[in-house]
Amino acid sequence: MISDKKELIGFLILLFFGIFAPIIAPSYRVQFSELWIFMVFASTWNVQGGKMGYNTFGNIIFFGLGMYVCASTQIAFAFNLSDWTAAGGYKTFVHSIPDYFISLPIGLLFAGIVSTAVALVLGSFMLILRGHYFAIGTLGLGIAAGEFATTVDIWGGGMGMTVPVWPKIDGQDLELFFGVGMDFFFYLTFILFLFTFFTLKWLYSTRFGLILTAIRDNEDKAEAMGIPTMRYKVTGWLFSAFFMGLAGGLFGNINGYIEPTEVAFNGATFGVYMVLMTILGGKGTLWGPIIGAILFQLFKEFFWTYFLGWQLVALGFLIVIIVVFFPEGIMGWLRERRPEWFGEIIDKKARLAQVKININD
Amino acid sequence: MKKIIVTFISALALLFSYSTLSFAKVVGDKIILGAAVSLTGKYAGSGKHTQKGYDLGVKIVNDNGGVKVGGKTYKLEVQYYDDESDGAKAAALAQRLIEQDGIDYLLGPYGSGITVAMAPVSEKFGVPMVEANGAARSLFTKGYKYLFAVLNSADQYLNSAVDLMAAKKKNATVAMAFEQDAFSLDVKLGVEERIKAHGMKVVIDDALPKELNDMTATLQKVKALKPDLLIVSGHDKGAMTGIKQITDLKVDVPMVAMTHCDSAAINKNLGGGGDYTLCAAQWHKSLSYKDEFFGSASDYAKTFESVYSYDPPYQAAESSAALLVYKAAFERANSFDKDKVRDALAQTDMMTFYGPIKFSETGQNLAKPMVLFQVINGENKVVAPEKWAEAKLIYPTPKWADR
Amino acid sequence: MILIQAPFLNLQAILDGLMIGAIFALVAYGMALAWGVMNIINIAQGEFVILGGYITFMVYKLGFSPFFGAPLSFAFLFILGFLLYKLIVHRVVDRDMFISILATFGISIMIRQIMNLIFGSQVETALTGLGTIFLFDHNITIALVKFSSFVIAVAGALGVIYFMKTSKLGRAIRATAQNPRAARILGVDTEKVYAYTYAINAAICGLAGSLVVMTYTIHPYMGLPYTVRSFMIVIVAGLGNIPGVLASGLGLGALEELSAYAFGTEYRIGLVFLFLVIILVYRSKKLAKRREYLK
Repeated sequence: MISDKKELIGFLILLFFGIFAPIIAPSYRVQFSELWIFMVFASTWNVQGGKMGYNTFGNIIFFGLGMYVCASTQIAFAFNLSDWTAAGGYKTFVHSIPDYFISLPIGLLFAGIVSTAVALVLGSFMLILRGHYFAIGTLGLGIAAGEFATTVDIWGGGMGMTVPVWPKIDGQDLELFFGVGMDFFFYLTFILFLFTFFTLKWLYSTRFGLILTAIRDNEDKAEAMGIPTMRYKVTGWLFSAFFMGLAGGLFGNINGYIEPTEVAFNGATFGVYMVLMTILGGKGTLWGPIIGAILFQLFKEFFWTYFLGWQLVALGFLIVIIVVFFPEGIMGWLRERRPEWFGEIIDKKARLAQVKININD
Repeated sequence: MKKIIVTFISALALLFSYSTLSFAKVVGDKIILGAAVSLTGKYAGSGKHTQKGYDLGVKIVNDNGGVKVGGKTYKLEVQYYDDESDGAKAAALAQRLIEQDGIDYLLGPYGSGITVAMAPVSEKFGVPMVEANGAARSLFTKGYKYLFAVLNSADQYLNSAVDLMAAKKKNATVAMAFEQDAFSLDVKLGVEERIKAHGMKVVIDDALPKELNDMTATLQKVKALKPDLLIVSGHDKGAMTGIKQITDLKVDVPMVAMTHCDSAAINKNLGGGGDYTLCAAQWHKSLSYKDEFFGSASDYAKTFESVYSYDPPYQAAESSAALLVYKAAFERANSFDKDKVRDALAQTDMMTFYGPIKFSETGQNLAKPMVLFQVINGENKVVAPEKWAEAKLIYPTPKWADR
Repeated sequence: MILIQAPFLNLQAILDGLMIGAIFALVAYGMALAWGVMNIINIAQGEFVILGGYITFMVYKLGFSPFFGAPLSFAFLFILGFLLYKLIVHRVVDRDMFISILATFGISIMIRQIMNLIFGSQVETALTGLGTIFLFDHNITIALVKFSSFVIAVAGALGVIYFMKTSKLGRAIRATAQNPRAARILGVDTEKVYAYTYAINAAICGLAGSLVVMTYTIHPYMGLPYTVRSFMIVIVAGLGNIPGVLASGLGLGALEELSAYAFGTEYRIGLVFLFLVIILVYRSKKLAKRREYLK
């Protein structure tokens, strides 16, 4: 890890944006909220992909599930859910203010709990698979989840569903002391990110974190040493699922509309983005996914604005460059250049001597 | 230490450099409208028709005196983004257009699914959106005040086909294949209501899978059960796959009705296989509507073809019409205030080459009828409603063995 | 249920399934080649297929029968695959397989949008003018174009297999697949082998693509189903098991068609994936009893 002073500075920068962004750059609130969510994506993916060595394409399941569960709970709290989604939303229902603010945390809580429960069930058999089989199995689950969601009529089926709207007073948006709906969710997503960040930071510093990396390095040896690896693998997934569920619930509210294969369970974009961001930043580290998410979001916005029509070609090109030249990500590249930052002490003479030996091999 | 500060500042610089390129609603003598259309992704084909329609509309309005507000003349311009046929992206782009680019007037995207995703955003910010390609019924049942649709809603698309069938045969049997997206499901709702009203029976009710393009299973069932009417709605892909496989398998059905036939160009691309199919259309070049900008419907088709070298499908026509609506609204409001423009839009009552446009309380255009045309010898001929028909319906479709 | 009411539909479903499965099997074979020899899961597989389709479509637009497009698609994609290998893929061959997944993913989204820019975004199809044949007193219908795709797909697969068995390059490829280091020591130029393998995979996809445009429709963004299905087939069959891959491809096609009748078409892809997951987990559990796992 980077020495504590640098970490503190990095953290303060994030905190600055987390508190002041809606004030200095109000038109970017949604992009920032998305950024915090991306950071959660990448950080949680890192638990499996980076720390544990299990590349998963299935974390999107928990995101989508959380989205639907949260919105359903919010709606069901005050109205009949199937009426809301029936036949393309015939009636207009509006939440009252107390209804809205009570149903939201309940919805989020349920989102987290249900996602975690599903992870428990899925993990108990999916985590038997290893390596690429795990990756492809989870990919299959992710796609199947999206397809099945289109057949669930109470969730609106293929048409999707809208989420409750931010309450209005006399036709104007309700203003709380920090602003309106978009600001509210900005701060919520930031808080979620902080929650995720500190939880994972703590997690990595415990024995649990060490066991995860042991599983990555050699699962058989870890088993041989007596570690019940299955339990740890599943628990790791539970953590990811919980935060992804919360992230999904918040994202649904920000987006205003949930569609099964394109918003909730979109493996082809979000599912892959979370992997890319982590790799870009450097998997296996705490800050890698965060830096990766920031850079990725910047690149994405840049490409979509200036390379319209070619933006995917540019993105594909970027991916190829990252993967070919920076497979260890930014953090890995930094590690090469400045090992001292990571607490590694290199004896330059010994290192040179080693290089010389290798050349003569 | 220094490196971190430098990186931080350059990141900030990068971030804020975007905002210097923001657009405002009126720049100089240009009124800037915003639009997110599908330039890539599965709706890219129709998204392109939409964009071309918008561009032609802008060109014709600008070439014919522009827009007069407050005594000055302005030209229209459209700021485009690509929503990649993705609803989530479209919603984010709507946000960007409104918040970062400062746009106060939007043009709709292609497709019901995407319009449904964008509408909450424009409604939330109180920005009027005139859309020409989102037909889902649900758009008009949510009490949106800032949404205006020039086209008919999806549930009206194939109703006249069902009515025609009922007129030809009592207690007919129906086979349906619908894609599972907002638009197609709405068409289905309308069709199902009609079927029930006429006492017809549904013998096959299949969902078209979104990703693979194979309807063989459904068509084999059709061969086995021999329904009187086959309805297929799955955007361009559905129409093309449907006709191709009906031809390959020589499926005989007395009446076949589809949506998106002309954007898939089934009259030309399928070697005659598309003949006798009934198609839902929002507009057709043979209809006798006219206005002072584009002339008649067939004039519009000629103009479009001269600029873009192909026959305009209705998606393009309705998109061009949206610009006419905006021009009239700006002039009626005589202001750039978005709420005044919104109110002016609500009062629209005009005739265009595309048809009459008058918005209801909910933003729907109730003045224009849907038409049904039949592909006859590779040509699209309007057969319903009777008032506008230029050819008589050919029923039943001749069997393959006799063609 | 309709399968019981009209028993012929069972046979029809199986036949239709086999015909569509042949194309999947072909693509899966290419995927198995790239994976088995070079340890690369080519995410751009579907895009190669669609590109092959567009090449044949261009031939068709020029007025020729699309069947002439098939060898052209094969050749064009062969060259493209070779170039892509030399430019990009060779840098990721020796690394973690996951890296190659991401690299080919990057290639796939580039190709997708480039195709959109060059060929436009309409759905396209090529007409062959072939008719239909009826069997069993009109109870079974077979579209001749589908049947000829089936024949060509099978012929193509057999051709490549024959090539692998007899030619020098083919043997070099198989040797490298078994043990790259040993092959290198024995004088095989593994870089060349890898390049040709990737090129052959692309060519196979190109051929499949030309069949797809004749039998169905293509669109720049329709590649993913092919990629995903070829994965699944290779996994179900097991790497290195070529006859298994081909059989699984055909089997998957038949299974999909039957389940479309039995359960309704909307569950099709979801069920297929679930099936995949079940097989994987079942196999892993069996191995776990011996304290092993799926490699």
